[in-house]
Amino acid sequence: MHLLKDDSAADRVSKPAPADPARAQEFSADVAPSMDHLDQLEAQSIYIFREAFARLKKIALLWSLGKDSNVMIWLARKAFFGKMPFPALHVDTGKKFPEMYRFRDHYGKEWDLDLRVEPCPPIDAVDPTLPPAARSAARKTEGLKMALAKYGFDGLIAGIRRDEEATRAKERVFSPRGLEGNWDVRDQPPEFWDHFNASPPQGAHLRIHPILHWTEADIWAYTKRENIPIIPLYLARNGKRYRSLGDQDITNPVASNASNIDEILIELEQTKVPERSGRALDHETEDAFERLRVAGYL
Amino acid sequence: MNMIVTTAPPSTPNGTTRPQVRIVIVGHVDHGKSTLVGRLLHETGSLPEGKLDMLKAVSARRGMPFEWSFLLDALQTERDQGITIDTTQIRFRTNSRDIVLIDAPGHAEFLRNMITGASQADGAVLIIDALEGVRDQTRRHGYLLHLLGVKQVAVVVNKMDRVDFSVNRFNAISDEISAHLNGLGVTPTAVIPISARDGDGVAERTDRIGWYKGPSVVEALDRLEPARALEALPLRLPVQAIYKFDDRRIVAGRIESGNLIAGDEIVIMPAGKIARIKSVESWPVTSVASRQGAGRSVGITLDRELFIERGDIVAHAGSAPRETRRLRARIFWLHDKPLARGDQLLVRCGPKESRATVVAIEKAIDPGELSSSENRVIGRNHVGEIDISLSSPIATDPYTENPRTGRLVIEVSGRIAGGGLVLSVDAGQRAVPVDIVPVESALRPDERSARYRHNGAVVWLTGLPASGKSTLAKALERRLFSHGGSPILLDGDTLRAGLNSDLGFSAADRSENIRRLAEVATHLARNGHIAIVAAVSPAREDRAAARRIADTAFREIHVATPAEVCEERDPKGHYKKARAGALASFTGIGNDYEKPDAAELVIDTSKRTVAEATDEVEHMLKTTGVLFDEVVDLAANI
Repeated sequence: MHLLKDDSAADRVSKPAPADPARAQEFSADVAPSMDHLDQLEAQSIYIFREAFARLKKIALLWSLGKDSNVMIWLARKAFFGKMPFPALHVDTGKKFPEMYRFRDHYGKEWDLDLRVEPCPPIDAVDPTLPPAARSAARKTEGLKMALAKYGFDGLIAGIRRDEEATRAKERVFSPRGLEGNWDVRDQPPEFWDHFNASPPQGAHLRIHPILHWTEADIWAYTKRENIPIIPLYLARNGKRYRSLGDQDITNPVASNASNIDEILIELEQTKVPERSGRALDHETEDAFERLRVAGYL
Repeated sequence: MNMIVTTAPPSTPNGTTRPQVRIVIVGHVDHGKSTLVGRLLHETGSLPEGKLDMLKAVSARRGMPFEWSFLLDALQTERDQGITIDTTQIRFRTNSRDIVLIDAPGHAEFLRNMITGASQADGAVLIIDALEGVRDQTRRHGYLLHLLGVKQVAVVVNKMDRVDFSVNRFNAISDEISAHLNGLGVTPTAVIPISARDGDGVAERTDRIGWYKGPSVVEALDRLEPARALEALPLRLPVQAIYKFDDRRIVAGRIESGNLIAGDEIVIMPAGKIARIKSVESWPVTSVASRQGAGRSVGITLDRELFIERGDIVAHAGSAPRETRRLRARIFWLHDKPLARGDQLLVRCGPKESRATVVAIEKAIDPGELSSSENRVIGRNHVGEIDISLSSPIATDPYTENPRTGRLVIEVSGRIAGGGLVLSVDAGQRAVPVDIVPVESALRPDERSARYRHNGAVVWLTGLPASGKSTLAKALERRLFSHGGSPILLDGDTLRAGLNSDLGFSAADRSENIRRLAEVATHLARNGHIAIVAAVSPAREDRAAARRIADTAFREIHVATPAEVCEERDPKGHYKKARAGALASFTGIGNDYEKPDAAELVIDTSKRTVAEATDEVEHMLKTTGVLFDEVVDLAANI
């Protein structure tokens, strides 16, 4: 790799920033502080949030309690100057880690969220031909459909990223879902110049992806810069940490000694292991993930 | 609680100074895009561990030889068909750049996906099969790169191994594509012979292409410049929404170009309302003292309450975008049904949307054809130039002046059906709906001015009620008429009795009242008359709108009689009624009259006679080129 020796993540973390223009120029009225990579990502996400809020009638943010959706809530509060003006929807499998529930209950209040917790149907109600982990995730999809029917949302904001998984790289920022909540990857409308297709057919809904263009490292760097709280399961204990948090029974920790965000960033710079490697469902069959997404899974 | 709240970082960990460049690889189907991408990832050491082995294993399981393109074809559907369906985004590094690679499909069926990908790119690689040469999709993609505003294009001639690395074959293709791109105003940054499958020319010049002295693909990518700075252009802040979550009224949007800071005087287009930025709001810390530049999503508050809506554009006074209901655009069309003259559409310019009608279509061609004949309609995946008439005015710039605001998309049935660049904005032309054909006067302006001895003008008298506007207007009318001129009095109250009888005194109705006065007066002025408008017109922005309508014919006179004198005069008894509370929305006893800052003339009628005041107006009209010199002076020169 053409990685410059003096530009490793370790250096960037440990060295003081060469010159942070945003701060250096704070008191110069003549020049606008230049935007760094995170500033650009943030501005783009805020733009998307505001478009979704302006163009759709009834939206909600899917809060999985993980690092990505916490960043999303933070961005939403930036977009709307403090308070997120739509509900945070937690489709609860009932099988999350205790730390996640504690986090939800604490920050749901502290962030003044309009929190809606919706249950999932029993596992018997889900397609029995799917492999076990995929079936468990499909149960969540069913819970989501029930919540959609209950509230009549026409837009759901989801924290997926292009870099997570090959299938997600195909996504649009505003992604139409069929009446059954399904995703037609072959017939996606064009989307360019930040113009989004925001008119779902009657009864259908849109998925909105404000952090589609972020990477896992971006999420961590931003979490650190903005002091966004995280669930401690992401940090290494006894040589293991979670890179991605799902249900307890289908999520496994990865080997790691990264005990703070700086160390996570260094680890990410060096690893070539995919982020979702701890997610059992991604490995069951080549097409399990796509089948789920076509059916409306995140 | 056992939660982790991270501490403030000493620096920005990801605050890398390496420029990030987004590129797209385009070209005809099967010319080797996916193979080149796979190869680039391998050559730059960017593949996840085990990915190559995994894919080789998958290929073996399926009984197929391994292909580099499998790396991208992560979707099962794609592997089944052998076609890349959509844009994927992949990252890798060259020596000095972070590259975000957007793969775009070459199959004509998926042009909308190619556009989705390429519209995000700072630069492009156009790939051509050395055996097949330039094909229709090669030309089409070249054309679309130009329409999407992608100016940095590197050409690679792939599969050189299939033509025995022939320098002649390479030169022939290089000449053909260079001519095509030059014709579109695009100069290729490099034309590179490669074999993506074997690696020649991708990261290094191998012996087999020893005759080639230019950069490798990786080197060419390393020379791409990131997105062009928009900071130097005039301020454009398209309004996404107005938020009133608390006691602040925040105008929110993203700065597309230029910059702003609290204290700036701004104009809101297309209405032309003027205000000052009171603060730049933010969260968690507010307000923001520093200047905010292009690319930032911001929220501002203003020093006064104005009616602003989504789609308006905040600009600096003096460098505002043009207001128009008619523009010309060069577009690409993606809808199944061809675009025809008379079609009704929805046009979006940033957050602004307007219904529109296609007035004319020109240069409609299939950009894939070598020599296209012009069509009357723009077919699917074709391009053309259209004139459109908008049902509501929008503020925009030609693309050449502002690449961010000078572009639009077209929606049909709620789905994006096309897009393109604004070529020109019909600003001088008044908004003309498609079926209305204005009839020009039979007389030329100079014929009239020769008779009247003056040019057409709008003389706008503004001031408090009872300040003497009507008296002065009537005296001026008599004076001009007695000199052979053609003055016409438009009194605000008189017109309210007829033309404007449907209007009340709300802010919106007052604005509309002023707009109609200005339109009628301007029509008269264009026909050589001097329209004398006497109207309180208390709002500065309304008068600014009137000035925009009448343009260079506008002469503003502030009748600045002191308020107490006006109230004492009170010929219509309005002040008395207002004091008694019987006349709501009366301008005069409150402080709702906004004085002009730069009127052509200011007159206090409490200090001079009507004749003296009329003299002053006459003098001003002479010095500003409305009235011609005295006849006696002319006679003296004979």
